[in-house]
Amino acid sequence: MKKKYKIEVDCAACANKMEEAAKKTAGVKDAVVSFMAQKMEITFEEGADISAVMKNVAKACKKVEPDCEIFQ
Amino acid sequence: MTRKQKKVLIRICVSAILAVLFCVIPISSPYLRFGLYLIPYLIIGYDILRKAVLGIFHGEVFDENFLMALATVGAFVLGEYIEGTAVMLFYQVGELFQSYAVGKSRKNITDLMDIRPDFANVEQDGKVIQMDPDEVPAGTVILVKPGEKIPIDGVVAEGNSTLNTSALTGESLPREVTEGDDVISGCVNMSGVLRVRTTKEFGESTVSKILDLVENSSMKKSRSENFITRFAKYYTPFVCFGALALAVLPPILRMIMGHPANWQVWVTRALTTLVISCPCALVISIPLSFFGGIGGASAKGILVKGSNYLEALSQAKYVVCDKTGTLTKGVFEVAQIQPSKGFSKEELLEAAAYAESYSDHPISKSIKRAYLTSDAAAGVGEIDSSVVSCVEEVGGCGVLASVNKKTVAVGNAKLMRKLNIPFEMPKQTGTQVHVTIGGKYAGYILISDVIKPNAKEAVTGLKEAGVRQVIMLTGDSKEVADAVAAELGVDVVKSELLPADKVAEVEKLLETKGPKEKLVFVGDGINDAPVLSRADLGIAMGALGSDAAIEAADIVLMDDDPAKIATAMKISGKTLRIVHQNIVFALVVKFACLGLGAIGFVSMWWAIFADVGVMILAVLNATRTLKN
Repeated sequence: MKKKYKIEVDCAACANKMEEAAKKTAGVKDAVVSFMAQKMEITFEEGADISAVMKNVAKACKKVEPDCEIFQ
Repeated sequence: MTRKQKKVLIRICVSAILAVLFCVIPISSPYLRFGLYLIPYLIIGYDILRKAVLGIFHGEVFDENFLMALATVGAFVLGEYIEGTAVMLFYQVGELFQSYAVGKSRKNITDLMDIRPDFANVEQDGKVIQMDPDEVPAGTVILVKPGEKIPIDGVVAEGNSTLNTSALTGESLPREVTEGDDVISGCVNMSGVLRVRTTKEFGESTVSKILDLVENSSMKKSRSENFITRFAKYYTPFVCFGALALAVLPPILRMIMGHPANWQVWVTRALTTLVISCPCALVISIPLSFFGGIGGASAKGILVKGSNYLEALSQAKYVVCDKTGTLTKGVFEVAQIQPSKGFSKEELLEAAAYAESYSDHPISKSIKRAYLTSDAAAGVGEIDSSVVSCVEEVGGCGVLASVNKKTVAVGNAKLMRKLNIPFEMPKQTGTQVHVTIGGKYAGYILISDVIKPNAKEAVTGLKEAGVRQVIMLTGDSKEVADAVAAELGVDVVKSELLPADKVAEVEKLLETKGPKEKLVFVGDGINDAPVLSRADLGIAMGALGSDAAIEAADIVLMDDDPAKIATAMKISGKTLRIVHQNIVFALVVKFACLGLGAIGFVSMWWAIFADVGVMILAVLNATRTLKN
């Protein structure tokens, strides 16, 4: 299950950090952040509760980059 | 500029004015000096300080916020207020420039790909209303006025017009459409009003698919991008520990050796290295370069599905092409008209065209098309079939008819033998059509699949772009294949292949090539899917919106022009050159400054110029990829 989200992030290094943080979140199989397109693509694990996982992803991203935004 | 950027700009101005003001006014009290300089410093740096502190609490210690906060706070502790404020100021200037440049090139690219339709005109109860294309169900009749974009794929239900496909193909060759023709979204209607019955929803339409594809392309990261991400992960902590060592070890060594410790000097040098070390220039300029390259390519009708594919294309050494539909048009056309003695070319073609006037066979059609576009038919709109009578089809051989009261026979060699008429055998390859007029042999017409006008140029272009071998695979007969190969200058040709043989041939090549050499397969996408996916890089002739092609390939040429492969390779080469320039330039300047800073040759002023300057130059260099 793959889903794309629009994000807002100011620097390329921060986008990379968000990608790392999202990848480590439970329920996320893979995550790719494109700084240029300002998009985040998350591949969820089978049977994961998407909204709960995304809450954790958002939390993890805020931790590494307080100024980021994920639009759901 | 966005609101966020404007806010930063105002902060930069206010803080800079205050800092300059305090520089000019002589202030004697050290406490007052500290208090006053703190104002511009906090105005410009509060968000960085906040992020640095938050980062420490969240276990994300080593990032550029931390570097900047540490360097500037350190400068303040040492009493270097001006330097501390200036470093923060220039850092913010650099960040602002970066975010502005990125926003600008993102906009440039979306403008290049300006194919997203804003609305669809739907007729309801006799009134035309504008609807969001997303809300129009398949099967609706929409109205497209001249000057508007076709929002959704469909079939023309009413009206004639010409379409401009340049937004999709990069070529401004207009296309005529009339009732019953398929039209694809993204084309601009130029002349007449069209009523189009949509066959798809907006999300499934060509325009959405292309936009999706280009946007997603930055998700597939190139090796260079991954390298920099990994590099940045180890680099920053390494620099921080290096700076710490530089601040502590030399003074301790000096104390042991009985010299004065000189703490201030070494701490200042350590802070300077921190300022220099910021990895921003690298991290930003590389995705920006690829994004620009992909954007520039799509403006030319070349859709690249990922940065990694653009990167791989620059290493293409073997290009394997399918013949039909890739190097040739895949349609039949009259290639040669050879009249025998006593007959003219015009006579021959005219007789054949009239005799075939009732037939719908592709070969008949090509003869009729050739006649109607020739000079002999100038002023003749259509073939006047009233002069044709007694048409008799001879199955598998050809046709007999009476044209202007003369018996005309048009057909293959078999027909000539049947009629017992001696005929000439053409030397060239292709489908032969022999013609007799009034019982006499009038000559032959040679019909063949036509080589695309740019095919020869495409092969030469590939060679110039550094391709070692151009290989042509085809299911066609050896004679035809060899003739085409010789005309185009293809290096190797393999003919009479079944689809499975093509995969085997490509696999053979994949085994023999070197690890850094990439093999590209170019096909028309529909029946070549297995080979396209087997090759290192699959390029499909897009046939203007063929779904199968867009799915199977890594790169899609929207207008089926094989010369675009060389163009794509040039764009790829240029992008990669810029990426490498930036990596080398940034690393060399950074490490040189780090070394010089450590031994005290670089002041904090130079350090901040080195950091921001390198980033600005790298970003400017990266935006060059957009211009081709």
